[in-house]
Order: sequence, then structure tokens, then C-alpha cells
Amino acid sequence: MKNQTSVFGPRTSGKRRFAQLALVAVLALVFLGAGDTATRFSALGHGMICACGCNQILLECNHVGCSYSDRMRGELQQMLDKGMSDEAITQEFVLKYGNTILAAPTTSGFNLVAWVVPFLVLGTATFFAALLVRRWKSGAEPLPATAAAGAPLDEYRERARRETEL
Amino acid sequence: MAFFGTFALLIALALAGYSFFVGLLALVFHRRQSGALSETARRAGIASFVCVTGAAFALVYATFTNDFSIEYIRQHSNKALPLIYKFSALWSGQEGSLLFWAWLLAAYGFVLRLRHKSDPKLFAYASVILAGVQVFFLLLVNVAARPFGLAARVVEDGNGLNPLLQYPEMVIHPPMLYLGYVGFTVPFAFALAALAMKYPGERWIHITRIWTMVTWCFLTIGIFLGSHWAYSVLGWGGYWGWDPVENASLLPWLTGTAFLHSVMMQEKRGMLKKWNMWLIFTTFMLCILGTWLTRSGVISSVHAFAQSSIGLWFIVFLFLTFVVCNLFFFWRWDFMKTENKLESIVSRESSFVFNNVLFVVACFTVLWGTLFPLLSEWVQGTKVTVGPPFFNRVMIPVGLLLLVLTGVGPLLAWRKTSLGSLRRNFTVPTVAAIALGLVMIVTGWARPWISTSEFYAWTTIVLSVLVAVTIFAEFYRGARVIAGKTGENIVGAILHLTRRNTRRYGGYLVHFGVVLIMIGFAGTAFNQEKEQEMGFGDRLELGRYTLVGKSFTQDDTPNHVSDAAILEVSENGKFVGMMYPEKRLYKANNEPGTIVANRSTIRDDLYLVFAGMSETGKPIIKAYLNPLVSWIWVGVIIVVLGTIVALFPNMQAATAQERVALREPVAVEGD
Repeated sequence: MKNQTSVFGPRTSGKRRFAQLALVAVLALVFLGAGDTATRFSALGHGMICACGCNQILLECNHVGCSYSDRMRGELQQMLDKGMSDEAITQEFVLKYGNTILAAPTTSGFNLVAWVVPFLVLGTATFFAALLVRRWKSGAEPLPATAAAGAPLDEYRERARRETEL
Repeated sequence: MAFFGTFALLIALALAGYSFFVGLLALVFHRRQSGALSETARRAGIASFVCVTGAAFALVYATFTNDFSIEYIRQHSNKALPLIYKFSALWSGQEGSLLFWAWLLAAYGFVLRLRHKSDPKLFAYASVILAGVQVFFLLLVNVAARPFGLAARVVEDGNGLNPLLQYPEMVIHPPMLYLGYVGFTVPFAFALAALAMKYPGERWIHITRIWTMVTWCFLTIGIFLGSHWAYSVLGWGGYWGWDPVENASLLPWLTGTAFLHSVMMQEKRGMLKKWNMWLIFTTFMLCILGTWLTRSGVISSVHAFAQSSIGLWFIVFLFLTFVVCNLFFFWRWDFMKTENKLESIVSRESSFVFNNVLFVVACFTVLWGTLFPLLSEWVQGTKVTVGPPFFNRVMIPVGLLLLVLTGVGPLLAWRKTSLGSLRRNFTVPTVAAIALGLVMIVTGWARPWISTSEFYAWTTIVLSVLVAVTIFAEFYRGARVIAGKTGENIVGAILHLTRRNTRRYGGYLVHFGVVLIMIGFAGTAFNQEKEQEMGFGDRLELGRYTLVGKSFTQDDTPNHVSDAAILEVSENGKFVGMMYPEKRLYKANNEPGTIVANRSTIRDDLYLVFAGMSETGKPIIKAYLNPLVSWIWVGVIIVVLGTIVALFPNMQAATAQERVALREPVAVEGD
């Protein structure tokens, strides 16, 4: 297909333009998502547990004489300097130190259950609570709402309140 | 002492057993002698307290006299241990802490049994249930975890106390936490007692509520003392790491808080009887579960359970408790029948339902995250770690929803709230919160679009302002009426108002404390940290602070050797003082310890840790700048004060007009 000319210069085909745009978008995403090394170091280091058994986050381990944390931080920095992606670094650490090195379960396979269940429970509980409240509401005979003072029941209410105060 | 302690515990077990079985007989078989039998059971319960006190005293005395013939003392104390920490030895190990638990339970039982005249039958039932729990713990310390077991060999000196526990707060943190943990046995006993005897009316709710509030207050203090200790001693710059032991203490706190709210529905409207019963049952069972998690080592290593004889005891006891609770619950189903009716969805009742949903879901989430490693290993055969990233991501949204309800709930009337009153109550707080949120963005103090943590922090602060303004407005509205009637100034009127309705305004104070705590939590998003060698003349810049290395010192005491850095601190170029982060090595057990140097202000904490020595012989200093941390501790103090206020009885209102001013709206007409 011949390129047409416009005031802005030669027109490229729609497909090529789309490819260019896609490439630009992908590159932008890659570079924007990468963040600077220090930020990535902090994010990855806070997403891992020190292997010394202290159960602390890697970057927070201050275990005196810890033979792991300094070495692991060094390894992390080296991998970042090599230009490895976050996923590759994480995989490298898991291979070397085991699954428990990650401070939180992954979002794949059975581990996804860990993330889903709390929100599922929250949603279900809220839904049923809403249903319950609606049922209570529909079961109630609307009483005339009384102002805070001056209603005939006030005296009894006040007495009840007095008797139920601690 | 070992013989005396062992004997005292045996007698205590026998007395608690008598109190339980004979008390139960007296309640089940209504004979002429039942009253007398019940009285002997009550007295046996009181006597068991005396015996457990004797045993606890024996263990403390053995610690003070360095009696290393007792294995427990050998493991947890030594001659050089400062006197104040000799007390800590009582709860620093498994056997001692279980004895401490048994003693606190006996003490609670002692108080309960002394107050029996206020309602003899209810207290008799509660006393029997409490004695049942006592039997379990006394069995533990007599059979499974004996604090007075003798050492296999005679030694000159003991291993000493874990250095992490050699900190002033550790003398009060465990007792507070245990007072909370153990204390929930009392409301549980009253709830089960009320169910068992079909207690007429709701008076047991008031008795239970007071006990629950006291217990909840202790647990709150205990949890935050633990946080403060972690912050001050562990030297990682944080105060909450979501580890299983911390989570174990949070679980009953969450359900206990839910109970304190939902029980008001039963008081005011006679609703949620069954739910409240299960909430208090669950709270007690979570205390037992928490103790099991902490003591059995089942979470830190799943194989520890097999090695721990104590774990099985707790599982059996939990199972029995669950069965007993279920039996009574279904047996007395009709007794708890209520007419749940709402006049409006926009009402205090609804807010309590949703508040309870959130608290219980929060509790489930913490439990889920704590136990997921076990589930993962069982299902997949591989262990996983569930740490702070998981909990922060899942719990923060729930926390924010709770924060919204903290502001909205108290302003809703019972039965019905009109849209007009909602508008009146929320316009000013909402405008104030939004304005502050915008100011934070415009001034560059917060950039919520930068990261999730900054967004959450910004949202937390905005919502906190909303809640705080609603609370202030409530105080101001009431005080203005009182001031108009009595001529007092606004501060006097606020005090007057609070004394007239302690529960309501004490509750507001508690909520205000929670708001401050949440703001403190939000500060975490803005933490800064740096690590650097700090030799003589070396400078470290962190925020508005400049640190300059001045010297390095070493010390040698009978208890430890230490290295400390001496640093000069300037704020915006102006000298503010010296700081001395320190690292210790405790001689008895050759364990290291961190002594953090912390300069705390209302704005932020400058938190310094001596991380070690570099290869060039210079101290390595880790410096953290943690914003708003002191707000947490101030918030906790206000929460405790609010709870104390709420526990005080009301001063009677003088006039009908005052009563009107103080009254919570029962329903608000539409405009």
C-alpha cells in the first residue's frame, strides 16, 4: 500500500502506526514500572525474609552476627545491577533459599487462596449482614419517631436508662 | 522451695477440683444441703487462690535466692541478673508463665467469689465454670509443665534471662497482657452461667460488660506495651511485625472489641443475644488458642507441635470448651430468642452490625494469615511465609472501614436517623477532612498517587480528621447546653458533661485515642532510613537532622559488655543533644542485645541503632526517621483514660433539662 502524504508528512499505514504506538507504550510501561534501583531494592528487600531464622524482613534484620542478611542484601544489589527483572530476582532467591524466603504467599496456585479468602469472607459477611438488616427492617412495624425530648415515653425510657447505666 | 511450691500446687489443684465438682453437684442436684455445699465450693475456690499465690511466691523467692536446684530457675535466671528482672523470670519461660496464668486466674476467681453476695446464684454458676478452667491450668503446671522440676545437676550459676527481656517494660508488659488474656475467662464464665441457668433479665450483661471492659483495657495496654518494647528493644525501627505471637494477642482483642459494641444492642434493644453469646465464647477460646500458638511453637515450626506435650493439652481443652459451649447454646436456644426489628437501616443498630462484621472479619483474617503456613504445608507439602506484606495489604482496607464507622456510628441515633440530622452532623467534619486532605496534597506533604502506602496514609489521616471533628463536635454540642444551663465555662462544662454520662463520653475518648493511633500508623508510609559508618567527624544527614560521629566507648559490667557510639545531633543546623546507640553482649548466655537511642517528638522519632563495627573499626549506625510514632503511644494513653472514664458510674443529672441535654437521641425525626 502506498503511503499517502499529509500536512504532517508521509502517512504510515495503520498497522505500522499501531505497532509503533504499542512499542512506545510497552517501553514507557517498562521504564516507568522499573523505578530507580533504590526503590526496587527497598521493595524487593521488604518482600523477603532473612534466611537466618529471625523471621524478620530482610532489610529490617538487625540480628547481631547474622551471617545471612548482609550477604543476601549484597546478592540483591548485584542482581539489580545486572539489570535482572523483579520476577527473575525473586525466582533466583526462591531457588536458592526456598519458598519461605518470600514474606507473603505468591498469587498463583494454592497460594492465591491466602489472598482471596479474606476478601471473600468480608464480601460474604457484609452481604449477609445487609440482608439481615433488611430483614429486620421489613419485619418492623414503623413506630412514630419521637424527638429526643418531650415524648410521653420519655419518663419510662429515662428510668430504663437509669437502671441500665453502669 | 521446690517442695513447698510443688505441694502448694498440688493442694491448689485439689481445691480447684473440689470447687468445680462439688459446686457443680450443688447446682445440679437441688437438695437442702445444696446451699452449704455451694458455699464450701466457693471457699475452696478462695483457698486455691491462697495456694497458687504460695506457689508463685515460692518461684519468685527461689529466683531471688538463686536456687539453681530448680531447673526453671537455672534456665531463666543467674546471680548477676538485676533484682527488678528477677520478677520477670516468673513469666519468661513456659512453666513459669503457665504458673503465672494459673495465679492470675485464681486471683480473678478470688475477686469474683468475694463479690458473690450481689447475685449468689449467678456467681455460684460462674464460680464453677471458672473453677473448671482453673483445674485445667493447675493440671498443666502439676503434670505437663512443672515449674518446680529439679535440675539434673547442681550448678554454680544459671543461664540468665534472655537479654531481650532485660528491659523495664518487660516487667509490666507480660502481666498486663496476661491480665487481659486470663481476664476474658470471667465474662466467659458469666455468659455460660447465664445461659446454663436461664438467667432472667439482662443484668448479667452489665456485670459481664464491666469485667470485659477492665480485661479489654489490660489487653490493650499489654499489646501496646509489647509494641513499645519491640520498638525500643528489637532495633528494627518498627513496632508491629505481624508475627504469630503478636497476632495471638490481637485475636481476642478484636472479638472483645466487637463484643463491647454489640452488647449495647442487647442492653438497649434486646437484640443480638445469640451473637453476643458466641462472641464472648469465641473471645475466650481465642485466648486459649493464642496461648497454644505462643507456647506450643506450632507456627514457627510445624514439627514443634509433635515435640510439645503441652500443645495437645490445649487442643483437648479447646475442643472440650467448644463442645460445652455448643451444648449449652443449642440446649438454651429458646432462652435467647429475640425480636430483632429495625425501624430504619440508617440507625445505630445497623452501624453496630457492620462494625461487628468488620471486627470479626479482621479477626478471621489475622487468624487465617497466622495459620495459613500450616494449611499450606498440609495441602501443598511446602511451607510459605505469611508476613507483613500480606497482613498490611489485607488489613489496611478493613481498618479504614472501621475508622469510618468509628466516626459515623456514634452520631447515628437508636432506631432511626434522619437525613437532615446526618447532614447537620457530618457537613462540618466532612468539609474539614476534605480541606485538610487537599492542603496535604497542595503543600506536597502527601502524594497519594505515588504509591499504595502513601494513598492509604493520606486516606487514614483524612478519615481520622473526619472522626476527630465529629467527636469534638459532640463534646462541644453537649457542653454548650450544659454551659447555658449552669453558667460554667466550656472546659468545666465538658467535664460536667462527661461525669453525667461516663459511658458515652468515655467511649468518645476511646474513639479519639483510636484516631490518634491510626494517625500514628499512617506515619509509617513516610519513614526514612539510612545506614552509614560513623567514625570521628563523620556526618549523616536524615531529614532535618544531622548526626556527627564524636566518639566510641566500651563498657564492662557483671551482666554485660557493651559498645556504644557517641553522636552529636543537630536539628536544622542547631545542636539539640547527644545520642548513644549501644550494642551489648550478655555474659551469662553470650547473647547480644540492642539498646536503641531514640529522640522522640510529636512530629517524628529519630531512632538510632548501633548495627555493628565495620572492617575499618568504625561503628555502623542505622538511622531511622519515623514520623508520628509518638501519636500511637499518646493515643493508647487516651484509650485507657477513656476506658477508665467509661467504667465510672454516672453522676446524677440535677434537672430534667440537663437530662434532656445529656440524652442520646433515641430517634431523630426527619426535617
